[in-house]
Amino acid sequence: MLPNVKVVSLVSVGRHPQSGRARRAEQDGRAVELGLKLASNELKVVHAGNAQEPVLRQYAGMGLSSLTVLEQESNCDALSVLTTFLHENKFDVVLTGVRAEGGESSGMLPYLLAEQLGWPLVPRVADIISIQGGEAEVLLALPRGQRRAVKVKLPFIASVDNAAQEARQSAFGPGLRAQLKVLDVASVVDEAASHWQISAAKPRPKRIKVVKAKTAADRMKAATAKPVGGGGKVMKDETAAEKAQAIFDLLLEEKVVR
Amino acid sequence: MILDWLPPTLIGVLLALAAIGAVRRINLWRAGQAEKVDFLAGLLAMPKRYLHDLHHVVERDKYMSRTHVATGGGFVLAMVLVLFIHLFGVKSEILAWALLGALVMMFCGALFVAKRRLNPPSRLSKGPWMRLPKSLLTFSITFFVLTLPAAGILPEGTGGWVLTLVLSVLILMSLSEMLFGMTWGGPMKHAFAGALHLAFHRRSERFGGGRSTGLKPVDFGDGVSVKEVHGVAKPTDFKWNQLLGFDACVQCGRCEAVCPAFAAGQPLNPKKLIQDMVVGFAGGTDEKYAGSPYPGVEVGNAKGAPNQIITNGLVNPDTLWSCTTCRACVEECPMMIEHVDAIVDMRRFLTLEKGETPNKGAQVLENIIATDNPNGYSPASRTHWAADQNLNVMKDVKQADVLFWVSDGAFDMRSQRILRSFVKLLKAANVDVAILGDEELDSGDVARRLGDDAAFQSLAKRNLATLSKYNFKTIVTTDPHAFHCLKNEYGDFGSDALKGVEVLHHTTFLNRLIKEDRFNLKPLQGSKVTYHDPCYLGRYNGEYEAPRELLASLGIEVAEMERSRYRSRCCGGGGGAPITDIPGERRIADMRMEDVTSTGANMVAVGCQQCTAMLEGVVEPRPVVKDIAEILAGQLIEEAH
Repeated sequence: MLPNVKVVSLVSVGRHPQSGRARRAEQDGRAVELGLKLASNELKVVHAGNAQEPVLRQYAGMGLSSLTVLEQESNCDALSVLTTFLHENKFDVVLTGVRAEGGESSGMLPYLLAEQLGWPLVPRVADIISIQGGEAEVLLALPRGQRRAVKVKLPFIASVDNAAQEARQSAFGPGLRAQLKVLDVASVVDEAASHWQISAAKPRPKRIKVVKAKTAADRMKAATAKPVGGGGKVMKDETAAEKAQAIFDLLLEEKVVR
Repeated sequence: MILDWLPPTLIGVLLALAAIGAVRRINLWRAGQAEKVDFLAGLLAMPKRYLHDLHHVVERDKYMSRTHVATGGGFVLAMVLVLFIHLFGVKSEILAWALLGALVMMFCGALFVAKRRLNPPSRLSKGPWMRLPKSLLTFSITFFVLTLPAAGILPEGTGGWVLTLVLSVLILMSLSEMLFGMTWGGPMKHAFAGALHLAFHRRSERFGGGRSTGLKPVDFGDGVSVKEVHGVAKPTDFKWNQLLGFDACVQCGRCEAVCPAFAAGQPLNPKKLIQDMVVGFAGGTDEKYAGSPYPGVEVGNAKGAPNQIITNGLVNPDTLWSCTTCRACVEECPMMIEHVDAIVDMRRFLTLEKGETPNKGAQVLENIIATDNPNGYSPASRTHWAADQNLNVMKDVKQADVLFWVSDGAFDMRSQRILRSFVKLLKAANVDVAILGDEELDSGDVARRLGDDAAFQSLAKRNLATLSKYNFKTIVTTDPHAFHCLKNEYGDFGSDALKGVEVLHHTTFLNRLIKEDRFNLKPLQGSKVTYHDPCYLGRYNGEYEAPRELLASLGIEVAEMERSRYRSRCCGGGGGAPITDIPGERRIADMRMEDVTSTGANMVAVGCQQCTAMLEGVVEPRPVVKDIAEILAGQLIEEAH
């Protein structure tokens, strides 16, 4: 528990992959769980959308005494109201899921928030180990169970990966008793989205993998390996200048910097 | 005589103390929640409930039933006459002789009580219970001698003041146990609390041969204000007559002897649990408890108080989650205490208020809420098992004679074999049958037993709404758990979807078809078969005969297990026990399979998909496990067309 750090978890309405029913979103639940670990009772949980949504009670059932709702219609963009809210309230850590389970599900929200607030974004967090002296020690989730420890200055935004601690069971009674603080906000209708046609996504056919491995170990590796891009190299022993040069060259090459 | 006044005074004083104790005890019970009870009718019915219902259970142990009739009957009669003769001083030789007779009867009974206490079985509590036969004998001898002059056998004043003094001391000793102890927490408490428990029992339907097994629904209020707590957190959250029921326990340990979780070495002992509830509402610790502990848990560390949360120091949650809700303890309890109700009440608090359903519990509940089945399968795939079965779906036909309630076995490949077999039999008998298809939802059995009554009630109400759309006369299901919910628990939700509808288990239904000669079966040869009574079919719904008649119709003579019918041992699969999975020393299913093997059977017939799964989970070599529907379908003579 870190009493002096103000943590907020942003939650959305999830969608069960089998039934399509509204539920506590998998990653957002983990964001609340991580928030509870960092700030326990002091954690603020915020949802932008319909205050009548019963799923909010599932989040509240994790032991929240209250939940803040930035009330807006379903056709409105969450970005602007959340930006304003985060601007007005001084938070140190903002936790979100990696991507929503419904709607656009682009995974852009944490990035856009970070851009608008000018805060660093830490993507795919597995855990936040400690926060001390205005700096947080964060574990990033990499494929195949790997972790990367990074340090980041407060305030920052982190998107919480599926590798983070699973959300605790939601209890019915406390969920019902939690207070919903509904705030009036100036919401903006998402014009662009209103013209979109939404249709169910079909799973893309997968290319069949031809495995030429000879040994069991190779086959195991082939079966479990995530496809890794061929390019890139790991620089460990080079000087800082050389490392910087390599990054700069890459940015030029990718036309990020012109 | 100088000391003549002493014996009546002692009797009077102890009687007064007993009365004070009674008021105190009653106030402890009254700390519980309100529950409507017909006091007068209950009190009037009490003697019959004792003589008929309670005695019926006690009689399973003939030795004890006779002993108790002699001792208890003798004592009650003697006590009444003692009041007349020695307290009020009624001079009547007839009454005195009657008193002597009662005391002799009590003395004989007490001798047998003493005999059983010479080498008591482990299920009996020791401690103060060991001194009870001595108190009983002292009481009968003392008052026998005291009454001799009144009966005219000895002249008045025999023995002088010395004898009177000696008798007074003995009166003090024995009446302290019999009267004072009755209301101040001694072993005789069972007579006082037990009598009132019978009068004010929460399930009065159980008396007179009735059955009442459906759990009571949680009151979620009006939907506007939220109740302070759901389920039972503190002893005072129980209904007052539940508290009274706990106090009625005689610590005979019959529950302990039949409890599958106790036998498996899981931390549950129904007797200890009830005693812990008494510790809870009376306050104190379990130091004085002198029976078997929860396996693996030391006695003496539990503390309780009426307003203390039970799972904080009195009972470990693992104890509550070990229960398979098989009702063996309730069936066996001579005091008709409702253990399962209490356990589920406390589970409700853990799940609904604390969010602490152990192991896979949380995930299963989440799945049930999001997909209406415990394993999180797509609700749209519920009818996939029947793709080749050409079954009518209610949505299309709107009505049928029989609605086949498929249950969640639809998602499980082993259970699907049972479903297919049953459909094969239905078709052979030309039954007009339909299923609900994807409209069917989980019955809510698991959610309810795991304490999530909110999810259960939601499922029940939605299922009832679906059922009310269609016309049918009978519901048949192969799942005793769904059967129990539909038959005994769905009635609490103000729907008349099931009004006039007969809910049947498939064995009952198939038995009717056979009696009507609706299909032909060839006898089963070369197998020695035993039958496992599923708890939710047998003890919960009293169906012991239909499965046996079905097997008999195949020419099978069932090799009965020692524990069959109402004493059937649970497979370990009920009450969400496989989900909460509390560790023990053995597996309940293994023990049940040992029961099966000891009959020499090479096949065990079952009437429940859950039992099938549990028993088939036992490592081979072991007898074959088959649902009765499967056995029948295998012997069906199909007419060629």
